[in-house]
Amino acid sequence: MKKPRPTSLARRAPGLPAQPSVTSLRAGGALPLGFDAAARFTYDGSFDGLLSVLLTCWQLRRWPEAIAPEGAAQGGLFSETHSVPTDEAQARRVWEGLLRHMPGEARTNLYKTFLSERPDRELLIFRYVQLAIQAAGQDISENFADDTVRTVAEINKQLFREKHRMEAFVRFERTQDGLFHASIEPDFDVLPLIAEHFTKRYADQRWLIFDRRRRYGLYYDLQRTDVVSFDRAVEAVAAGGSAVSAAVLDEREPLFQVLWQAYFDHVNIPERKNVKLHRRHMPKRYWRYLTEKQPRERQFRPIANKNNTAAG
Amino acid sequence: MNERIIEKLSILADAAKYDASCSSSGGKRKNVDKGLGNAEGMGICHSYTEDGRCVSLLKILLTNHCIFDCAYCVSRKSNDVKRAAFTVEEVVDLTMNFYRRNYIEGLFLSSGIFSSPDYTMERLVRICKKLRTEERFNGYIHLKTIPGASEELIQEAGLYADRLSVNIELPSELSLQALAPEKNYAEILTPMGQIQSKVAASREERELFKKAPQFAPAGQTTQLVVGASPETDHQIIQLTDSLYKGYGLKRVYYSGYVPVSGDQRLPQVVQPPLMREHRLYQSDWLMRFYGFDADEILDPAHPHLDLEIDPKLAWALRHRHVFPVDVNTADYELILRVPGVGMKSAKRIVAARRFAPLTLDHLHKFGVVLRRARYFITCRGMALEKREYDEQTVRRKILYGDGSTRSALVKRQLDLFAPEPTIVTAPDLVSPQLDLFRQAG
Repeated sequence: MKKPRPTSLARRAPGLPAQPSVTSLRAGGALPLGFDAAARFTYDGSFDGLLSVLLTCWQLRRWPEAIAPEGAAQGGLFSETHSVPTDEAQARRVWEGLLRHMPGEARTNLYKTFLSERPDRELLIFRYVQLAIQAAGQDISENFADDTVRTVAEINKQLFREKHRMEAFVRFERTQDGLFHASIEPDFDVLPLIAEHFTKRYADQRWLIFDRRRRYGLYYDLQRTDVVSFDRAVEAVAAGGSAVSAAVLDEREPLFQVLWQAYFDHVNIPERKNVKLHRRHMPKRYWRYLTEKQPRERQFRPIANKNNTAAG
Repeated sequence: MNERIIEKLSILADAAKYDASCSSSGGKRKNVDKGLGNAEGMGICHSYTEDGRCVSLLKILLTNHCIFDCAYCVSRKSNDVKRAAFTVEEVVDLTMNFYRRNYIEGLFLSSGIFSSPDYTMERLVRICKKLRTEERFNGYIHLKTIPGASEELIQEAGLYADRLSVNIELPSELSLQALAPEKNYAEILTPMGQIQSKVAASREERELFKKAPQFAPAGQTTQLVVGASPETDHQIIQLTDSLYKGYGLKRVYYSGYVPVSGDQRLPQVVQPPLMREHRLYQSDWLMRFYGFDADEILDPAHPHLDLEIDPKLAWALRHRHVFPVDVNTADYELILRVPGVGMKSAKRIVAARRFAPLTLDHLHKFGVVLRRARYFITCRGMALEKREYDEQTVRRKILYGDGSTRSALVKRQLDLFAPEPTIVTAPDLVSPQLDLFRQAG
């Protein structure tokens, strides 16, 4: 699969639980050089839209007091508000232009910051770009003493962890027509980040990973991986004549689920029981889609393997 | 049919679970020509058991039938357990289907020894070969080398597996003689040396010819059982050090002895020595990532790891003259030695101080545990503590002072009134056999 240009995957931001904002908007009240006044901005919620906002800020010499997707924005009493239309060509220019101020990795980190869905993500991205421009060629990505830089680094750590978790916790089920499908509900919008991993790894099977919270998925058809909407996801599953709801599992699917559960039960060492550690590594919110955390059809019977246990 | 395979898997997973190795890292097998599987070098833990251990690989024995009688092993000949054996096809089918469902990173295959070492090893190799050539499987394969297997089979195994391992089993040869009479260090170290030279040879060849076959690209590891025999932590760490240096091992795993038998030759322990195992891993990390020498961690005068405090803090307390170090000027290597500073925060400190002098607030935000670090650092020339405390006071303040949280493990182990396992010590059993390892160094 060719590496997706982030903008093609950029999606509307669904409202996630709010997290406290870390960036202060204006240092000490005075506006930085190059800005005449403060203003509020709204956009369509796509990454391209945000890049268009960034350009507008500098063009209008307006320091963004708030940047929010339309609908989610709260109007300020006295400040002017600009609704910025998304311009893909402009967005591409900004995206290319960022490389003049930061290394590619830092730029990718800004895209990941966007995927975090934090309510202050837009201002963080603006602040970061502003800092990079001010630094005039010096790479700021390791300046952890700065709140914005450190917050972006921390968000990226969280995103990385969630991406890694999804690479671990996806559980495919095989349907009769050979599609492997899985549902997930990640904390952040990480589907665009895991596409490459699954495409490389499962190159010889059709698969579909569906994000139930954000209602879109990734579908690999043995040729390429595409972002698919809910309707397309249903179609993909139905390609073999079955629909998602009535998807008939492969006849050996239940057996492998039972085998996996049996394996999971038997590799545990009861003498080392440490539930706290277990939950730290595998938080409860992920259990819903984990085969090994589903109720057992039959009760677990330990293997009698000690000659001091009664049943030898 | 289904019932039988479920039972087999239960028995043969249960018998393999005491092997502590779980890592699936270091393999960089690329998916070629749309086969199945791809590894980027970073392992993935797909699940965690209720004991908090990672489940990354399908870790099973081919069979738990065994002609050996090692006292610490659940599959020993004299143990009255249910026996089972997989066929080659069954292992391949399980591996492929677990992998396709994203349950696992690959296969970790070991076996009890039936008939002869070569007969057993040949089966293991056949499974790997089938996975790689017929199923076009590019997932991770960790193969246990059977002691006594011929060099030809080891050679073939290395061509299909990502990682090979030979277990050293016990920290000294005398203990091995006492507890595993059919095994000896020579039979363990010989294949270890063979694997090491084959790995090196294949690397050299590949520098000249890119297409030369890879041999065990993820290297080799070993494991030893801790707490089943009377060796001190000092002996174990020296042994580990000589294995890393002499045999180029990627990892040494420590498996706290879980009572699996009432064998007369073994100590009767109530709890596996989890805290001791944890401290050994910490020491192992200090040697591999923090620039510590084995001799710095323990010496004959201090033969045991402190269960209450971690080995890095213990070292810092014994070496007060090195401190305080100033976070704005000290070398990375020295900052790494400050208790409460990990690799990540040390890296952040040296990266960020290029932009501005660091304050205490920064350190806190970088993840430095100031509750421990405060006795060992200065920040812009200022100490964090007004007075200098002696070793015992610092230790007490860190352990019991404000905000001290003793790890759950410490509490569990120290609060247990169960005493340390009493071991009948034959004096000659304790003498270390370390010279054995120096030869290859």
